[in-house]
Amino acid sequence: MSARAPALEAGSAVPQPYRVIARHTDTADTVTLTIEPDAVPLERFAPGQFAMLTAYGIGEVPISVSAIATPEQGRARRLVHTLRAVGAVTRALHAARPGDVIGARGPFGTTWDVASAVGHDVVIVAGGIGLAPLRPVLHAVLADRPRYGRVVVLIGGRTPADLLYREEMAKISAAGAEVAVIVDQPADGWTGQVGVVTTLIPPAHFDPDRTVAFVCGPEIMMRFTAQALIARGVPAPRVRVSLERNMRCGVGWCGHCQLGPLLVCRDGPVIDYAHSEPLISVREL
Amino acid sequence: MSADLTDRVSALPFFAGLAPRLLRQLCAEGRLVRYPAGKRLFGEGGDADRFWLIEDGSVALDLRVPGRGDQVIETLGAGTVVGWSWLHPPYRWSFGAATRSPVQAVVFAAAAVRGRCDTDPAFGYAMLRLFTPVITERLQATRLRLLDLYATPAPAGRS
Ligand SMILES: Cc1cc2nc3c(=O)[nH]c(=O)nc-3n(C[C@H](O)[C@H](O)[C@H](O)COP(=O)(O)OP(=O)(O)OC[C@H]3O[C@@H](n4cnc5c(N)ncnc54)[C@H](O)[C@@H]3O)c2cc1C
Ligand code: FES
Repeated sequence: MSARAPALEAGSAVPQPYRVIARHTDTADTVTLTIEPDAVPLERFAPGQFAMLTAYGIGEVPISVSAIATPEQGRARRLVHTLRAVGAVTRALHAARPGDVIGARGPFGTTWDVASAVGHDVVIVAGGIGLAPLRPVLHAVLADRPRYGRVVVLIGGRTPADLLYREEMAKISAAGAEVAVIVDQPADGWTGQVGVVTTLIPPAHFDPDRTVAFVCGPEIMMRFTAQALIARGVPAPRVRVSLERNMRCGVGWCGHCQLGPLLVCRDGPVIDYAHSEPLISVREL
Repeated sequence: MSADLTDRVSALPFFAGLAPRLLRQLCAEGRLVRYPAGKRLFGEGGDADRFWLIEDGSVALDLRVPGRGDQVIETLGAGTVVGWSWLHPPYRWSFGAATRSPVQAVVFAAAAVRGRCDTDPAFGYAMLRLFTPVITERLQATRLRLLDLYATPAPAGRS
């Protein structure tokens, strides 16, 4: 399993008011919000953890942190979330503008446990919005670059217009990480690769015996990606995936996010593939 | 055939597991080629008389769509093979293919390879064992893409 969530505060049950201080449009349906507390800041988040974000009057949804802002006295003065508008709550959060107030509870869930990859090659495989929860892993590794082996980032998207953080990924590539991008549906002028993200795995340059892989995206994509990584020789316990289930309490009380023996909000979302494989297996396509 | 070509082909994982005798037979029908970017290798419906092992560069499989030109369906990079329609009648390409970047590849004469498959069952069986996973992997990839995994989910009730 990945690193367990730290002990929760009583305040985890009550959304704290956070004000939007910046809103960056990433794609047509995705924005990155930077928020600051109006009152009590939450505890510091770690890569892989999520907050329950409230659009007041509409509802609350789990959203991972997509960057870790520098903490002040151990607290998350700022939170950064990248979210895609898919339904009522995410649409309302997507519509939030600088100055608007939303609610935030957290930090919740297990972490990517980036430190356990020290001395290893790091392989990050992202599908669609899945790059958002993985971005803090990349930031942490690049901030401490000499302690890691090769850094490989494999990104799959629906169309070129849906790709997140394009400028940042170009910079990371220029800085020496191996970044490969593939889309399902090319647009005119796209000169990059076309196909599924799993096809990026065989030619990528990493040593499977000394690799830790971090995978996030739609569940089926994670399953096929994990299988492709294991086929290349990465041990299943060193393939980590981030699971998604509908959530309510976020703290292991309501059972809403149950997946087999696990509560994803507490035992996940980050789980190694050795443990998650039997839980997310789907019938053969 | 040169020893150089055999070395090059066996350096890529695709044919690396082939027994030396079979590898030599295969390479007897191959030659090294270099193409500039934008070179059409074959068009949909044409004779599937060759196949390629890409050493370097990228090739796009495409399909001509009326009113939209050649639509790229998939790109294939170094280490992969382009073309398996030569294995089965009617030996015609189902898609087109063009280079996306300068490409270095080994091209094989399909009819000659097929002839060897017919006369030497061990060789034929080895070829089938190598190419069947290519076919199933591409089918798997196509099915995954049909699911349109990254699309905006359709509205649904939540418990
Ligand atoms: C731990 C965790 C971390 C997450 N991190 C992020 C993140 O960083 N950025 C982000 O944009 N989203 C993230 N999500 C997904 C996000 O929580 C959902 O998109 C959100 O709950 C949808 O709520 P809604 O009210 O907007 O849409 P709803 O009206 O509830 O749903 C709209 C449609 O989206 C579908 N849907 C709902 N949830 C999901 C889901 N999790 N995956 C796929 N389809 C879904 C529904 O079936 C429905 O068809 C995360 C989810 C979890 C569990
Ligand atoms: S969301 Fe309530 S137990 Fe997980």
